[in-house]
Amino acid sequence: MPGAIYAEGLVKTFGDVRALDGVDLDVPEGTVLGLLGPNGAGKTTAVRVLTTLLQPDSGKAVVAGIDVLKNPNEVRRSIGLSGQFAAVDEYLTGRENLRMVGQLYQMSSRAAKARADELLERFNLAEAADRTAKTYSGGMRRRLDLAAALVVSPPVMFMDEPTTGLDPRNRQQLWGIIQELVAGGTTLLLTTQYLEEADHLAHDICVVDHGRVIARGTADELKARTGGERVEVVVHEHDRIDTARTVLAALGKGGEATVTVDEHTRKLTVPVTGGAKLLAEVIRELDTRGVEIDDIGLRRPTLDDVFISLTGHAAESEDAAKLAGNTAKNTKEAGK
Amino acid sequence: MTVTTEAVPTTAPRPRGGIVQSATDSLVVARRNLIRMTRIPEVVLFGLIQPIMFVVMFSYVFGGSLQVGGSVNADVYRNFLMAGIFAQTVTFATAGAGAGIADDMHKGLIDRFRSLPMARGAVLTGRTLADLVQTALTVVVLAIVAVLVGWRIHEGVPKALGAFGLLLLLGYAFSWIGALIGLSVRTPEAATSGGLIWLFPVTFISNAFVDTSGMTAWLRHIAEWNPFSATVQACRVLFGNPGVSESTAWPMEHPVLASLIWSVLIIAVFRTLAVRKYRSATA
Ligand SMILES: Nc1ncnc2c1ncn2[C@@H]1O[C@H](COP(=O)(O)OP(=O)(O)O)[C@@H](O)[C@H]1O
Ligand SMILES: [Mg+2]
Repeated sequence: MPGAIYAEGLVKTFGDVRALDGVDLDVPEGTVLGLLGPNGAGKTTAVRVLTTLLQPDSGKAVVAGIDVLKNPNEVRRSIGLSGQFAAVDEYLTGRENLRMVGQLYQMSSRAAKARADELLERFNLAEAADRTAKTYSGGMRRRLDLAAALVVSPPVMFMDEPTTGLDPRNRQQLWGIIQELVAGGTTLLLTTQYLEEADHLAHDICVVDHGRVIARGTADELKARTGGERVEVVVHEHDRIDTARTVLAALGKGGEATVTVDEHTRKLTVPVTGGAKLLAEVIRELDTRGVEIDDIGLRRPTLDDVFISLTGHAAESEDAAKLAGNTAKNTKEAGK
Repeated sequence: MTVTTEAVPTTAPRPRGGIVQSATDSLVVARRNLIRMTRIPEVVLFGLIQPIMFVVMFSYVFGGSLQVGGSVNADVYRNFLMAGIFAQTVTFATAGAGAGIADDMHKGLIDRFRSLPMARGAVLTGRTLADLVQTALTVVVLAIVAVLVGWRIHEGVPKALGAFGLLLLLGYAFSWIGALIGLSVRTPEAATSGGLIWLFPVTFISNAFVDTSGMTAWLRHIAEWNPFSATVQACRVLFGNPGVSESTAWPMEHPVLASLIWSVLIIAVFRTLAVRKYRSATA
């Protein structure tokens, strides 16, 4: 049986741009799919097709068991959409926004009012409920937008980059809300440029690039592709590199590990097993041999490493790079 | 934040469909747009100032030099002018509707509406209805100013009300043109200027400010068949104001009917086009 969100061979072109180039998706009921990709990968286009906003050139889409192309209005009753930019009316108060959306979901005026109050409370907006959304902070607008998408507690939710542009505190808060939602049984398709976010929230991840799904699997499965954790050492003196290499090769994975050396930055990298304990051992051994070090660290692979190993280029967005941390630093070796 | 686990997911109530749903959805959207107007009163205010400025400028600057029905008299011109100013004022609803809808597209609100199980045309109908309310308000204020500068009706209140009805219908029709413009341009700014530019030829190549009998033949033809002129002529007739065109062009001889036909036709055509555009709208 196909999942709560199912797509087969979705294609959508804008002029020369193939925004979707044959996308297949299958999201089992009650799970979260993370659609992960850089800017321009086609994430928003996919969401727009699945939420009835855009007609694909070809392909098939079924949401909540209903054919999206044949029966869009039925689909609309079963979905909630939180788009890439918070779509709230800034001249309406939070309460007015939610009541309007409730009524347009065909709830009675009274039911829409009650539901609005409930959501405002739940999303920590009760105090600001009667202020116009114009006065809200970015995080508050996002929460209001999400509340609007949840007015009917739809069985299937779509969130397009829900935390883009939020500060870490607001992001954490939103993650909490999303996790609660999923615990309640909602099926969620979430797009993100934040690798960490997909790792944190999604059961399954589809990595998209140029309109294609280039990899899929759990976060752990994808991480395994990059070869697990590594120790990175920067030695102080250039002529100690060889000694360090011997130490690392012996302590690395399998006792005869391949050490990657960047002569220019004096950085050595070796795949390891054993985590922090091994790190301590490396430090002791280097110390014993009199190798002075500038920097040492244990690096667990991020999903960005996965992206690089799959596409040969980093996720092309500054934000994502920043969040993933060491992207630039590891481009060279991960690309191999 | 404490969040209680969400209730079991539920789909939205089944839409009633048909005309009842269209009406209620449109009213929900209209209400939203009216609330917005109260939050941005400047917009309504500027909408009022402009026609008042026109009344004052035209009647005092041109009043003494333009000939109407063979007389060059500022007072006669003022009474002639008012129907034109009223008609011009209602057409400015076009720009408002266009800018508002373009802004909704830009802010992603149209996407939100389109993802909801609501009636197809309701977002646009709600917008045009709200604009109609604003237009009506403007017309009332303008009528008061007109009376203050010496404008009078001579055919009784019922006919005058009929004239106002035709004016509002014209304004409503034009706001559908605005809706289509708003859905077709890329930015709200483009919608504002795009919604205004074409109004100048439409309102000036007409009988609104000058007697068409003075125009060259081809221009007069255009002016007399201009939908806008029909409404102006109808208003002059129903208000009993001077300067009613003696032309034998059909719309000038049957201005009330012509005005009705034009407005209904514009609504039928542009509503269809706008709703179709809305269904595939992309910000
Ligand atoms: N309405 C549109 N018109 C033209 N090109 C578009 C349109 N929407 C998206 N695109 C193009 O399609 C590609 C995918 O865009 P999008 O789905 O927005 O990517 P993402 O959400 O992953 O950043 C981009 O190259 C973008 O420029
Ligand atoms: Mg996007």
